[in-house]
Amino acid sequence: MLSEALKAKFDQVIARYPVKRSAIVPLLLFGQDEIGYISDELVEEIARRVEVRPIEVIEDISYYSMLHRQPIGKYNLQVCTNISCLLRGGEEILEHCRRRLGIDPKGTTPDGLFSLEEVECLGACCGAPAMQVNYEFYENLTPEKVDRLIEELRIRTANGHPR
Amino acid sequence: MGDYESYMKGSPLEVKVITKRFGLANSTSIDVYLETDGYQALAKAFEMGPAAVISEVKNSGLRGRGGAGFNTGMKWSFVPKDTSKPKYIVCNADESEPGTCKDRPLMESDPHQLIEGIIIAGFAIGARQGYIYIRGEYRYLLDILDRAIAEAYGRGYLGRNILNSGFDFELATHTGAGAYECGEETALLNSLEGLRGYPRVKPPFPAVVGLYGCPTIVNNVETLCNVPAILRMGAEAYARLGTPKNGGTRLFCLSGHIRRPGVYELPMGFNLKRMIEEVGGGVPGGKALKAVIPGGSSCPVLAASEVDVAMDFESVARIGSMLGSGGVIIMDEDTCMVKALLRIEKFYAHESCGWCIPCREGTAWLKNLLQRFHDGGGTEQDPDTALDVSFNILGKTLCPLGDAAALPGISFIQKFRHEFEEHLKLGACPFERRAVAVT
Ligand SMILES: Cc1cc2nc3c(=O)[nH]c(=O)nc-3n(C[C@H](O)[C@H](O)[C@H](O)COP(=O)(O)O)c2cc1C
Ligand code: FES
Repeated sequence: MLSEALKAKFDQVIARYPVKRSAIVPLLLFGQDEIGYISDELVEEIARRVEVRPIEVIEDISYYSMLHRQPIGKYNLQVCTNISCLLRGGEEILEHCRRRLGIDPKGTTPDGLFSLEEVECLGACCGAPAMQVNYEFYENLTPEKVDRLIEELRIRTANGHPR
Repeated sequence: MGDYESYMKGSPLEVKVITKRFGLANSTSIDVYLETDGYQALAKAFEMGPAAVISEVKNSGLRGRGGAGFNTGMKWSFVPKDTSKPKYIVCNADESEPGTCKDRPLMESDPHQLIEGIIIAGFAIGARQGYIYIRGEYRYLLDILDRAIAEAYGRGYLGRNILNSGFDFELATHTGAGAYECGEETALLNSLEGLRGYPRVKPPFPAVVGLYGCPTIVNNVETLCNVPAILRMGAEAYARLGTPKNGGTRLFCLSGHIRRPGVYELPMGFNLKRMIEEVGGGVPGGKALKAVIPGGSSCPVLAASEVDVAMDFESVARIGSMLGSGGVIIMDEDTCMVKALLRIEKFYAHESCGWCIPCREGTAWLKNLLQRFHDGGGTEQDPDTALDVSFNILGKTLCPLGDAAALPGISFIQKFRHEFEEHLKLGACPFERRAVAVT
């Protein structure tokens, strides 16, 4: 079931467009933000609201790289290795995360806490090497900074920060 | 939000027109905006009328900051005046060209400047609805912009009968969800219609047939941010900041091997060599410069010997590259050009939407060939094969993503062929060897 807040947000977003299906991608992203991934129920709900068939929603999902149909880790480390980051050690940061978390890109730790992704330019090229953890930007990274961050996220979770 | 402030370092050589509010306390609030000339240009636009606004922007020499550099006022003038269809203004905030990170601070630090620019553009072309299409990764900017838009509605700068002008205008944000191709204006329009971001056949151009089949202008964030300043200072004064055909200033993003990476607002036509040395502080570690990509990863690379060039559209085109999106990527002498090109082609292979076969197949070929080559499994024919593949993409696709993949390929191989030959001779990457030898 979607929360009341999300339903209200859906109504508000759909009202922005003369054609309802324009809202599909924003609704998918906002729904994913709340649920953690795009469930069948969410697909059905969005299709119903924007008056298209579910398959049309699924067609969009498979096009956009940020949308996923399976749950991922609570913290998704998205490391940029594109050109500006490459020149300042982006690959080393990715490798460091891989070793530190014991998972390959697209993988999730067994406790469900961390996922790792190699991503394209994040628009943080002047703060390279950069990554995003969920939507939060972390720039001018070093392996030590990454270690501190991972530790901090572990502590935050242990202290019962909501999932 | 990260710590991008850390790279808004500033330089005495900057000319701050559209970044003048950066660093002010509460720079995103409408009160601070109003105290610093905010929404004055809009009032002026209403006095001037649409036709005069368009000719003022035309005369300012403002050229699109999204990549292609088309004269903005001219583009606005292509919107048909005698149509009963609604018209739209769409702000392209998809910013995903590798090396480019200037729209982000513009939206984060001064959202009202962008909003005012969009309202003026809407008024000029007769649109009553605008959208800001923001890449999904910039999620936090949606909140900043939504808040600013709500403030503008609250004070009567959006909505019905703005400033008693009789002009009605609605504005909303829209989020993408990860796709470089959606920065291409026709793919963006499909995406905004709730479809996959595939490009459309041009012509017709969006100015005539755009969003929902209606006349639409798509402009980059930075382009629209310049509009209020143009109306406030006048076309002539604005034009004089730059060169005769390139009005105003531009945000340049210095990244890669540079001592002070950052986003700097500099006059159009600023010399690239000076930009690297005097604004960016030169290449760190006492190393020599090897190459520069002057306008984001889609632009042909320049060798160190070519960088004494004015950064305006014509001058950079004259030496065979492009000003592009303002992403200046600097590479030192220890950079492996095969590896750099490989990473660039890996990006285009990943981002090709698959609609046009030369791009879909060609980018994958380039990526695989370069990967094998860099790993030591190259053959003597490989550089020529890669050139051949690149030339077979160039100009053969619906949207310029194909060219964006082909042009770096051609320039890297033609200008740095000796590095490819060194790889062949060694059967390995000479730069990785050197790195190992040092440590
Ligand atoms: C593959 C591709 C990606 C693009 N990405 C962007 C982008 O992220 N932002 C942008 O403003 N323009 C981008 N463009 C250029 C747009 O198609 C369009 O020219 C631009 O938004 C027009 O605005 P302007 O005239 O203000 O520059 C891209 C073009 C291509 C071919
Ligand atoms: S290249 Fe990594 S953020 Fe742009």
